Amino acid sequence: MVNIIWAGMAIIGIIYAMFNGTMDQVNKAVFESASEAVTLSIGLISVLVFWLGIMKVAEEAGILRVLTKLLRPAVSRLFPEIPKDHPAMGYILSNFTANIFGLGNAATPMGIKAMEQMKQLSKSDTASRSMITFLALNTSSLTLIPTMVISIRMQYNSVSPTEIVGTTIIATLISSISAILLDRFFYYKSIWRK
Amino acid sequence: MGIITAISTWLIPCFLLLVLAAATWKKVPTYEIFVEGGKEGVKMAFSLLPFLVGMIVSISILRSSGALEAFTNLITPFLVFIGIPPEIIPLALVRPISGTAALGMTTELIDSNGPDSFIGRLASTMQGSTDTTLYILTVYFGAVGIKKMGYALKVGLLADLIGILASIIVVTIIFG
Repeated sequence: MVNIIWAGMAIIGIIYAMFNGTMDQVNKAVFESASEAVTLSIGLISVLVFWLGIMKVAEEAGILRVLTKLLRPAVSRLFPEIPKDHPAMGYILSNFTANIFGLGNAATPMGIKAMEQMKQLSKSDTASRSMITFLALNTSSLTLIPTMVISIRMQYNSVSPTEIVGTTIIATLISSISAILLDRFFYYKSIWRK
Repeated sequence: MGIITAISTWLIPCFLLLVLAAATWKKVPTYEIFVEGGKEGVKMAFSLLPFLVGMIVSISILRSSGALEAFTNLITPFLVFIGIPPEIIPLALVRPISGTAALGMTTELIDSNGPDSFIGRLASTMQGSTDTTLYILTVYFGAVGIKKMGYALKVGLLADLIGILASIIVVTIIFG
């Protein structure tokens, strides 16, 4: 499906540009966005190196294990395929915690580590059930404190920059619960077909 | 408000303190372990590069050609009919596809309507309560070499749709 979406976006864009007379912009966008993507990846290096380094120290110090023990009851039912004491659980929980506080930069490296652990469990290059549940929750956003939005509101002199925290929390809860339900629905649907 | 900003600024330094103090207490060779873990980060960033270049170029072709805008204009009457404010529609459509574009649109909406207007509050809520599905799937699946995404994309996009509708409903009820 991702192949179709990826090629589809480019194909539709190029054909549309033929009739819309925007080929100039498209031509420019190809090269500008490619270099933008490289800048983005290079920018990720600092975050990835720093957080993966710190998380490795946290792992060695046993902090991940403590975190896993504390929060496991809440999360283990979401991931029935992951054994209780598996390190994947620790990384999933660290990713969730970072996300909840709007620390997207810290959440990504931990999430990637979680994916690596889950891949070791499934030993295949097809997305496993736990991976999809994990990503469904990530894409629906778990942010309870949207730091980025609050800082933009501050810049534009909002009377109350944080007044949207309440509505964000409610909307986030609704979208996350829907993500879990949708994930379950499509999972059972895929089993049925087999 | 003071408390929330304080939590966000104190959280990371306190976490670092906790990790380093606990590791030192347990006689973990902190610096060496940090470097070892960090090396993985370099590899990871480079393995992500082609995934990001591919996805971002394709999205920007669609945007710069004007096709995305045309599509937005095409379905706007329908969305207005079911009660979605027209100003917010481009943001709602772009949010799952491109994080930087969505952030730019949110900033623009807050700038032109004011942060405390209905649209300003709605854009803020929408930006905070959904995430860039396509980017997340690209990065996470790309980093570990998953080729078949299964039903992940379907779940992600449907959850976005529900999140966007939920933002509109919740903001209308609370700030109406």
